[in-house]
Amino acid sequence: MSLKLADVHRIAHLARIEITDAQAQETAKQLNDILALIERIARVDTAGIVPMSHPLDGVQRLRPDAVTEIPDRERTMSNAPAQRDGLFLVPRVLE
Amino acid sequence: MSELAHATLARLGTMLDRREVSAVELATLYLDRIERHRGLNAFLDVRPEQTLAQARTADQRRARGETGALLGVPIAHKDVFVTRDWHTTASSRILEGYASPFDATVVDELARAGMVCLGKLNCDEFAMGSSNENSAYGKVLNPWDRDAVPGGSSGGSAAAVAARLAPIASATDTGGSIREPASFSGVTGTKPTYGRPSRWGMIAFASSLDTAGLLTCTAQDCALAFNAMLGFDPKDSTSVDRPKEDFTRSLALDLSDLRIGVPTEFFAAGLEPEVDAAVRAALREYEALGAELVDVSLPNAALGIPVYYVVASAEASSNLSRFDGVRYGFRAKQYDDLVDMMCKTRAQGFGAEVKRRVLVGTYVLSHGYYDAYFLQASRVRRIIADEFQRAFKRCDVIAGPVTSGVAFGFGEKSADPVAMYLADLYTVPSSLAGIPAMSIPCGFGRLGRPIGLQLMANHFDEARMLGVAHRYQCATDWHARVPRGY
Repeated sequence: MSLKLADVHRIAHLARIEITDAQAQETAKQLNDILALIERIARVDTAGIVPMSHPLDGVQRLRPDAVTEIPDRERTMSNAPAQRDGLFLVPRVLE
Repeated sequence: MSELAHATLARLGTMLDRREVSAVELATLYLDRIERHRGLNAFLDVRPEQTLAQARTADQRRARGETGALLGVPIAHKDVFVTRDWHTTASSRILEGYASPFDATVVDELARAGMVCLGKLNCDEFAMGSSNENSAYGKVLNPWDRDAVPGGSSGGSAAAVAARLAPIASATDTGGSIREPASFSGVTGTKPTYGRPSRWGMIAFASSLDTAGLLTCTAQDCALAFNAMLGFDPKDSTSVDRPKEDFTRSLALDLSDLRIGVPTEFFAAGLEPEVDAAVRAALREYEALGAELVDVSLPNAALGIPVYYVVASAEASSNLSRFDGVRYGFRAKQYDDLVDMMCKTRAQGFGAEVKRRVLVGTYVLSHGYYDAYFLQASRVRRIIADEFQRAFKRCDVIAGPVTSGVAFGFGEKSADPVAMYLADLYTVPSSLAGIPAMSIPCGFGRLGRPIGLQLMANHFDEARMLGVAHRYQCATDWHARVPRGY
């Protein structure tokens, strides 16, 4: 299958990336080229094969739920584009 | 002084030990070279006062009687490792000026061993690319030929070591980002087993693949630094809990017991004759040194590229969702509401390749496509990994080309993403399998551009792989060549 302009706009919105119609045209062509490359895996018989999500088949390690370190709050927040009183500022979401 | 700058890490360690040079003198020497060769654009952030402070500390530690192969030796870090004292951007506009509150574990371990940081190295944005042309801060030039790409994504790391602006550089490999630039830039590039180096503080691209490693002048130098760099880290949830190892223990390896697997699929159509010839000459050298060559087969290795672009893009789309203009980095100047702010921030903050991969990843994970793409790719990934295990029943290491040709020119592949992706044909399969792999210089091709030999070993067998590389470097001098003018 081949992605249409509307598909690209939908994916871009899911990914939260603004895209113009002109960009979507170009992107549709590139994504379709990439998907054509990816399609090659569809023909492989994978019946009975367990998907591999970790190269060593490792599992998520858990640690005790305890405080181990105190982050440097001031320095961490100094990277925020907008902040006040230790809070991250964003455009109003509630009227 | 250029003779000193051309010395290996091992030699610098010995000289520091004998007080023939101080850490401050070495730091000054390399900082001067970095300044002189700024035109390569290998470095993104250099702060001499921080470097010299670390060097003075190293000299004081030696004065107090402390020793160590790395104590006082300079290193530069790829800009995907976060650092307290240097900005960290992953070569992206979206992280411009980011000041990390902590050091990555890899940076911290090497600093505790006494390594002196020279600064941060340019790379492809979020380590996505094979040419270093995707950096928001400009391309890096290849010191062997300024019209050629240095390789990517660790292009700054490879160019810096090739030009001896640093005796060693950290790097990361997700699908070939250490080995491909090592091959293109004529240096030694090594990716250990997935899970051996900590990913804590390494800006995430594809978490099931991302592996920290090194660009060095020799395999021996890599072994010395791996001793400090690799180890269990409780802060990384996929870190492998194994005891520390001495990675120099197999440097005196006897090759007469060694079986080198040669995958027939790596020498098929598409491999340029000059690379084929150089790699086969290296294999003959190994035979002369006593090793036995055996044919092995990796029938589905060519599917590595499509598998990789599903798995890596999917993981990237998830990992990069954190860049939304709220907690750190760039935020668009004008927007209507919260969602519009995020959409505009990401549209303006990410480069074209990063956006492409996030879109591909979002698509393959989206409702209705997850099974056909992501799960199917994860199954084919296991088929490829299992083929390596079958091959390693017949051999100790696998050898072959790193890339199909020498470094290409700027702009040659940047207009065609798929052509660029196919550059990683020989490096992606071992990344998917999580096995250690490296590139060592083995000759030169057209326009004097370097050629690399790839060595791959089974999980946790990097000491033997480094030994195999070291024996070759004892018998040849490709790795000791330095580009003219440096």
